[in-house]
Formats: sequence, structure tokens, C-alpha cells
Amino acid sequence: MPRFGMVIDTRKCVGCQDCVIACKTENNIPEGYNRDWIITESHGKFPDIQMEIRTERCNHCSETPCVSCCPTGASHIHDVGGVVLVTHDVCIGCKACIEACPYDARFAHPDGYADKCTFCIHRVEKGENPACVEVCPTYCMYFGDLEDPNSEVSKLLKSRKWHVNLTDAGTQPNIFYLV
Amino acid sequence: MNELLELTTTRHNPHVDPVMAMWEWQIPVYLFLGGMVAGMMIISGYFLFTNRHKESNCSCFFIPIVSVVLLSLGMFALFLDLSHKLYVWRLYTTFQFTSPMSWGAWILILVYPALIANILIRPAKWMTEKVPKLLEYSKKINEHPFLVKNIGITNMILGMMLGAYTGVLLSTMGSRPLWNTSLLWVLFLVSGLSAAAAFVHLFAKNKYESELLAKADNGFLIIELFVFVMIFLGLLSSAKPHIEAAQLLLNGAYAPVFWVFVIGIGIIIPLFIQLLAVNHKIKHTAIAPILVIVGGLILRFVIVSAGQYSHWFNAHFH
Ligand code: SF4
Ligand code: SF4
Repeated sequence: MPRFGMVIDTRKCVGCQDCVIACKTENNIPEGYNRDWIITESHGKFPDIQMEIRTERCNHCSETPCVSCCPTGASHIHDVGGVVLVTHDVCIGCKACIEACPYDARFAHPDGYADKCTFCIHRVEKGENPACVEVCPTYCMYFGDLEDPNSEVSKLLKSRKWHVNLTDAGTQPNIFYLV
Repeated sequence: MNELLELTTTRHNPHVDPVMAMWEWQIPVYLFLGGMVAGMMIISGYFLFTNRHKESNCSCFFIPIVSVVLLSLGMFALFLDLSHKLYVWRLYTTFQFTSPMSWGAWILILVYPALIANILIRPAKWMTEKVPKLLEYSKKINEHPFLVKNIGITNMILGMMLGAYTGVLLSTMGSRPLWNTSLLWVLFLVSGLSAAAAFVHLFAKNKYESELLAKADNGFLIIELFVFVMIFLGLLSSAKPHIEAAQLLLNGAYAPVFWVFVIGIGIIIPLFIQLLAVNHKIKHTAIAPILVIVGGLILRFVIVSAGQYSHWFNAHFH
């Protein structure tokens, strides 16, 4: 069974927001809402300061509190690639899943249902890359099957150092950041 | 100086950023009313179980009617919170084993018949005047004391489930460190019992019951304080996000409202007044029970709001 994931090279990401705009136009996201966004993190102590820029979205986790709390089954794990999705006309808008995500990756769409990144499953099922990956001018994002040892994402994870976000939250995210 | 950690985000989703505020007034109101009804079911169930319904002015006759009204108000508040309202029926075409909210939806379906059975044991006058047939049903039920007892037990069990569920709903959210304590259901159940006892104390026509529930309420308030201590001990000895969550209430952004309204006005002051009253040092007044009920409502507001405020962000650091 394939498991889709992303590998993002934080050394190449410049925070240009092209991925953000690509997502908004591809998925028709209303103004003021975001399925993906840019985080700039600086840490350290002068003069030894480090900075990381990274593009974030739903991590399509392997352990999904957002799915297990959903009272209607609207939030579910898709048959293809373990992608976490919301069926709009099953969602009642109780917002439990929005509360349950430690990454605050979801939001309430103005039409009422819970919304978030879909990994552009409509494109992926046609063999294309998610819109954000496709548009990145620095080629810092990679999308593929984490279960396949020969995929580009698996190889990158073997050859480079990486981290995921909020390991302690126990969600086993499937978006990896190369450092 | 310590190490610096700055996170800047371009995300600004409404009610998510800068802090989670998805659940507004509707959810705390629903949790409060649900918890209070749970307490009332336990109390009236206990009265039925101990045959108090034979007393002519037992409060077990008005409690279930009030419960139906309050629970319906609570469910209406919950309905108002849903942002995809047309699809609400989807709750009842499935049962999601891992979802406390799904459990809650089905528990509520069971609670109504239990409350109605309770009402039927001795329907109010205005009801039988409108629907005389109710008297017949009532007579039939009362012919079987065994049945009355079982209605009492059912009310108690469902009341416990309802009260516990209002806490479990939040405590299963690992994403919000303040809620993520396995004692939250105990806190909400005891607080629900306390508000219900205060309500019955306030309105009971039967002197014995009023006094009994004032005493019981003192017990519940003391237990509530104890549960708070346990919750804080748990959070403070846990990971950093949990420690910070506890500090939100203890000395952080929510400390003033927590100490003044939840602990002071909601627990300590009414407890003090009621301890004097049950020891016949002062007369029973409406003040203590009203404070308890208001305190219970504010407790839900504080926990829901501060819980959403608490987060894992610091764990971003790697
Ligand atoms: S990032 Fe949040 S919404 Fe996405 S799968 Fe993980 S827990 Fe669910
Ligand atoms: S908001 Fe929708 S998808 Fe999210 S938990 Fe509620 S019903 Fe499920």
C-alpha cells in the first residue's frame, strides 16, 4: 500500500509563497483562508542564530486524531496513499477535527464544512504532482510514496538529515523537512 | 539571556489564528447544560431508587421536566455551533466508535426516553389536564415498583454517561494540552452534580430534600476542589506544553477569571455559606446555590477557552 508524503528542503525554500498562491487558485480557496502557509523560525542566541523557512500544510499523519474524533466519518483516510480527506456533504461542521489537529492545519470553510490540504488528490490520481510541488521555483518540494524504497522521497530521507513537526504530539506526520 | 525562539506564520485562518477560537459560547453552554442535566438525572434517579417518589412533594417530579427543557436548550446551542447545519442528520446514519461526539449523539438519543419514563411516573397536573391518558400510563408504571426502580437506575447510569461524556469530549483532544487530562470527565461530572444539587436545593418544596442536597452539594464542591488539585498536579508534572497549560489558569492569562470566578465565587464562597447554613448558623438563602450554578457555567467557559489557547507550539523547536 503506498503512503504519500512530502519531503521539503528547508535549505532551498525561500518563503516566496508561490505554493500558497498555487494552492489557492488550484483548489479555489476563498480569500483570507489558507490550506498551506509559510513558517519562518529563528532560534539560537546572538551571535549564533539559525533560521529555517518552511512551507507547511496538513501532514497527512499516520496517527490521525482529526479522523478518530469525527462523529460522522466525514474525515477519513483515503484508499489511495493514506491521504487524509474530508467528504464535504457528510461533514456537519462540528469543528472537532479542527480542534483535534495539533498543527491547526484545518479551518472551517465559509460554506460550512471542515477544510484542509488534500495533497491535491485530484491531480495525484491523474499522475500529476500537487499544485504546490509543481509550482515551486526552487524545486524544494518532493512528493511521492514513502513506502517505496526507490522513490525520490525515500531516497532523500535516507541521504539527508530531516525533522518532522511536533513529534511529541504523537501523530506521525508524513511531511519531512530536510535540514 | 535564554535562547530565542521566534515563529512567524503567514497563515491567518479565521478563528484558528493567532489562537484557536473555533468553539465559542455555544460549546461551553452545551457542556454546562449537559453536565447539569446529567447531575439532575443522577439525583432524580436516586430519589426513584430510594422510593422517595412516594412523598407527595418529591422534587423527582419536576427535575425530569426541567431536565428535558435544559437539555433541549443545550442541544439547540450545539446545533447553533454547527457550521454545516443541513447535514446534522449525518450524526445518526453512523456510529463512529472512536469519536466521543458520536457516542454523545447516541447517548442523547437514549437520555430522552429515560427522562420521559421518569416524567410518566408522576406527570405534572398541567400535563394530565391536557392529555388525560398520561394518568393511565402512570398508573400502569406504578403498579410495578420494580419498573420504577429500574427507571431510577437507568436515569442514574445514563446521567453518569452523559456527565462523563461532556468531559471526555475535550480530554481526548491530545492537541490541546489543558484538556488532555484524564480527570477532566471527573471534574465535569462532579461540577454537573454540584450545579444540579444547587438547583434542587433552590427549588425543592420538600424541606428534607433541600437540606439533603445542600449537604450533598458541599460534598461535591469539596471533591471538585480536590479534583482541581489532582488535575494541576498531573499537568505540572508532565511535558512543557502541559505545564504551560496549567500555568495559563494558575498565574497566566486566565488566572484572574479562574481564581475569582471559578474557585472563589463558584466554589469557596458558596461552600463557606452552605457549611454555615447546614450547621444552622445562618439561614439557607438562594445566594449559595446561584453562585454554584453560575460558577459551573463559567468553569466551562474558562476550560473551553483556555484549552483552545493552550498549544504545542514550543515543541516546534528541534
Ligand atoms: S496535520 Fe492535522 S489535520 Fe492533517 S492529518 Fe495530521 S492531525 Fe489530521
Ligand atoms: S467538522 Fe466535519 S469533518 Fe470535522 S469532525 Fe466535525 S463532522 Fe467531522
